[in-house]
Amino acid sequence: MYAFTHHLASSVDDAVKTLGANGDAKFLAGGQTLLPTMKQRLAAPPHLIDLGKVKELRGIEVQGDKLVIKAMTRHYDVATSDAVKSFQPGLAELAGLIGDPAVRHRGTIGGSIANNDPAADYPAACLALGATIVTNKRRLEAEKFFTGLFSTALEDNEIVTSVEFPKADKFKYMKFRNPASRYAMVGVAVAKKGGEVRVAVTGAGSDGVFRWTAAEEKLTQNFDKRALEGLSIDPGTLNGDIHGSREYRAHLIGVMAKRAVAAA
Amino acid sequence: MGATGIGAAIPRKEDHRFITGKGRYVDDINRPGQAYAYFLRSPHAHAKINRIDTSAAQNAPGVVEVYTGDDIAADKVGGLICGWLIHSKDGSPMNAGPHPALAQGKVRYVGDHVAVVIADTLAQARDAAEKIEVDYEVLPAVIDLANAQSGAQIHDVAPNNVVYDWHLGDKAATDKAFASAKHVTKLQLVNNRLVPNPMEPRAAVGEYEEGTDSLVLYTTSQNPHVARLVLSAFIGLAPEHKFRVIAPDVGGGFGSKIFIYAEETICVWAARKIRRPVKWNCDRTEAFLCDAHGRDHVTHAELATDAEGKITGLRVSTKANLGAYLSTFASSVPTYLYVPLLSGQYNIPAIYGEVMALYTNTAPVDAYRGAGRPEATFVIERIVEMAARELNMDPAEFRRKNFVTQFPHQTPVIMCYDTGDYDASLKKAQEIHDIAGFASRKAKSESQGKLRGLGYSAYIEACGIAPSAAVGSLGAGVGLWESAEVRVNPIGTVEILTGSHSHGQGHETTFAQLVSDRLGIPIDNVSIVHGDTDKVQMGMGTYGSRSGAVGMSAIFKALDKIEVKAKKVAAHVLEASEGDIEFKDGKFAVKGTDKNADWGTIALQAYIAHKFNGQELEPGLKESAFWDPTNFTFPAGVHICELEVDPATGSTTIEKWTAVDDFGNLINPMIVEGQVHGGIAQGVGQALLEGAIYNEDGQLITASFMDYCMPRAHDVPSYQVGMTTTPCPSNPLGIKGCGEAGAIASPPAVINALTNALGHENLQMPATPERVWKAAQGARLRMAAE
Amino acid sequence: MPTVTMNVNGRQRSADIDPRTLLVQFLRENLRLTGTHVGCDTSQCGACVVHIDGEAVKACTTLALSCEGSNVLTIEGLANGNELHPMQEAFREHHGLQCGFCTPGMIMTAVDLVRRKGNNLDEKTIREELEGNLCRCTGYHNIVKAIAAGARNMSSMPQSKAAE
Repeated sequence: MYAFTHHLASSVDDAVKTLGANGDAKFLAGGQTLLPTMKQRLAAPPHLIDLGKVKELRGIEVQGDKLVIKAMTRHYDVATSDAVKSFQPGLAELAGLIGDPAVRHRGTIGGSIANNDPAADYPAACLALGATIVTNKRRLEAEKFFTGLFSTALEDNEIVTSVEFPKADKFKYMKFRNPASRYAMVGVAVAKKGGEVRVAVTGAGSDGVFRWTAAEEKLTQNFDKRALEGLSIDPGTLNGDIHGSREYRAHLIGVMAKRAVAAA
Repeated sequence: MGATGIGAAIPRKEDHRFITGKGRYVDDINRPGQAYAYFLRSPHAHAKINRIDTSAAQNAPGVVEVYTGDDIAADKVGGLICGWLIHSKDGSPMNAGPHPALAQGKVRYVGDHVAVVIADTLAQARDAAEKIEVDYEVLPAVIDLANAQSGAQIHDVAPNNVVYDWHLGDKAATDKAFASAKHVTKLQLVNNRLVPNPMEPRAAVGEYEEGTDSLVLYTTSQNPHVARLVLSAFIGLAPEHKFRVIAPDVGGGFGSKIFIYAEETICVWAARKIRRPVKWNCDRTEAFLCDAHGRDHVTHAELATDAEGKITGLRVSTKANLGAYLSTFASSVPTYLYVPLLSGQYNIPAIYGEVMALYTNTAPVDAYRGAGRPEATFVIERIVEMAARELNMDPAEFRRKNFVTQFPHQTPVIMCYDTGDYDASLKKAQEIHDIAGFASRKAKSESQGKLRGLGYSAYIEACGIAPSAAVGSLGAGVGLWESAEVRVNPIGTVEILTGSHSHGQGHETTFAQLVSDRLGIPIDNVSIVHGDTDKVQMGMGTYGSRSGAVGMSAIFKALDKIEVKAKKVAAHVLEASEGDIEFKDGKFAVKGTDKNADWGTIALQAYIAHKFNGQELEPGLKESAFWDPTNFTFPAGVHICELEVDPATGSTTIEKWTAVDDFGNLINPMIVEGQVHGGIAQGVGQALLEGAIYNEDGQLITASFMDYCMPRAHDVPSYQVGMTTTPCPSNPLGIKGCGEAGAIASPPAVINALTNALGHENLQMPATPERVWKAAQGARLRMAAE
Repeated sequence: MPTVTMNVNGRQRSADIDPRTLLVQFLRENLRLTGTHVGCDTSQCGACVVHIDGEAVKACTTLALSCEGSNVLTIEGLANGNELHPMQEAFREHHGLQCGFCTPGMIMTAVDLVRRKGNNLDEKTIREELEGNLCRCTGYHNIVKAIAAGARNMSSMPQSKAAE
């Protein structure tokens, strides 16, 4: 790691104020991606604003027909939360598939979506469920929030404070892990709310998480895995690497989508 | 067998410190005033170094010194060596290019050592290293074996990048066998490049003791005496009597910690330069870049069979990638540790193997668990399986038909198998595995849309890497005996000093069991001392599954001498003639009388020396021995892998694994089984998960656990392990060696099972989900047609 | 340099540290608790697992300064004096370790697993829960056996101790 100054934020205001004073600062949420990146000297923020002690950023609440998960809520908390399990069991399952048990004790939903790793799991859930990303400044639809590989619509002096998930009738996430890193090589989230079906894909897109609209159309007509037979995705829009070619990922998206629909 | 003696599956003595966090690994050692080393490594696979400017780094905060290749040249520090001389077919010696510990004029792989920064803290050293300016002139890189001969020349001494072009066996006889063969089976394979990855990365602390003008090196070594020998006699850092090498608790090795590397060399050399201890700890990515890798062969093999399904000949041609420099034992691995094992468990009248070893701009390749023998086993066990399939014979029956059944058996490729019962292991494995139930298990899988396959591997290996004269005649630069010293203390407790090194194998327990059994004393009264050249007289270390067969045999021989001496003492104490003294269960008795003395009494009498004439019988009770065996040992066995494939995703799940091994006599079956388990997991890793991949520029793509897939707990099943026993005749304990068997046996078992499931042979290791998915396309069609 | 204070194995510990000090460095270098190991740079091998406030975390991916005021338990603090924790005992009894390097992280992970999933753990659960812990020696067979046995034996522990 390169040297940095550590700021332990006491509140959201304090965190934003510190960021304002140090434009080149970065927020430290659970640190499960940022710290390894810094250790390898691939990131060099001169200031780190540690959100670990900001109590107002933790918690899970059902507010009517939406589930509110505050930004510093850990994957472990989401995975084991009775509120999440009864509101949207598939979301708790998804959280339980992130990283490993020790990582889930540190990693947070806010950190995950603000980083928008193209192989992260939460962005797929946010897109499929039509989540709203709440910041200290505004409310953003997930689709407007995720803007590409490792990039989001977050502006200077902006911090994610919570994520709001509307309730879906059905939701399932199917993940095919990269055998080495255990990130998603392909992850497909399928959500059905009334007549609307959304399918979001992570791990595969060359521009990060995306919605597979062709599959959505088929599934809106008939929410059955057979509706996806013969449907394929253009490998040219996907990312290929030593673990899986674009063609293989395209194929896996179909398989995972069908399995998600069958299990939803 | 006593409760703690030979054959007892007792928990390990060393475990207490490990489970309480009190192990003492090199990185746990800190010396007063130590500075930290950080190595600047080449970002290029192949480049000329025009200029290195270290001045900014030199002046950075906390920096003590910055050294480059010029500094070690000025100090006349010798290059790293390869200790096994191979001669090519034409009789010429191998082309060994220079291997300086810090690059001199040229870098030859990504990670090659360009400079070292030594600073007060590691962070300072790393910060300063970024200030070193290197003017590289990038040269074309040679990465693939296929293009290595036509690529840019890496070493001046090696035209076409050929290290050697070697062969073994009778070519004419083999060609004749093929000319008259009824059937020829052909196999083209890649033995994938692996990274050993012991969980403890390498580390070193070098120290200079000014008062005695001597050096101390704490290092993660499997063989501290060999390290001292090389650093002293070849690299020339200090004479051996002024040089202490300590390898304390070491967190796994698997071969990668046999070798003498640049970093350890530099730490101890620099400690004298700066008059401060110098510590270096490898991070995982450095380990990926610079630990010696394993395997990396491309092979074409052919098997000739006659009308009865008997094997009549085997012809093998291999290209072996040795990387950018010859590592310590690199040259021996694809030659004498490989071709002599190609006969497998089979009676093959004619074998010819040729191996071309090549330089490439990649990390050096050397021994990794099994070293040559997994490569050989993969060739023979794949081609035998394919031959059986082509001949429409049951693969087990085909093997059985060709097994060696008479011992000793001289193969056409050096080895003389001393003993074995291959059919016994096959039978037992088939029973344990419930082969009969496979058809219904397969049907069940297929009803769920899955493919199921079963594969055999009947492996043999050669352990001990000895006798010394034999390996010497094949080019080894050292003798490969082992030594032991038995020190009996006046109160009867015993210290065993052994040249073997334990880095997970449990020597502190197994060796103590032998001593406890032999002397009839409690196991807690025995301690095993290893890993320190100042304590242990001499040793060749641990690799090649040799610590039991060779290391314990040395202890056994020293115990023989102890018994002889103790009987002499007992004769005086018991006032009887030496020939009448019997020693059993820790008691010395006079034959035919009730006169006796216990072990502790005789030990004490040996030291107080009141009962005998010190001029006629030396006081004390301490003996040492060197053991040089008469032959390699030949563990063998049968592994059966049964697995299921999801053709939709290409995921492979190993459902069942049976291993039946003949390791000769066992001292601690629990530890032996543990060795088998670990070896299987590494072999499964090679078959399904692991592979080091360089891109065309020579950048290592798989340089962390994010991209190099290590076996995890859910990648492997529980294993069913059985044993058969034919005691080894070439050592007094009848031991064969068990450390590498699992890694040797398992890759072909997995691939034979996968190809059985898929119905065709077109599949290379590692059989990743994508490869299996592609290979399964044909299988799905077949299933649909059925 | 900022000061950090935390409770480690029941003792209040405090030091002035470089902000980039990881928890594992604080434990190993400042406190000389060298039982917690570092086996990778990417948060995958699990050799560094310790408990923070009763939960398993990777000490190589946690800043020491983030642990201000926390309770940290390392392998050195797991036994009750000379009496081994049942999970430690199970690893010894079932030969769940060879070189010992991954072992502290394995044991700390296993104790946390029992906290989360209870005393009756089947093989599949144990294998899946070891996602974040690599072992190169044992082939996992005996680790799985040890964890199942250790989990069962933990049921007879006093509740307060088991929760740690």
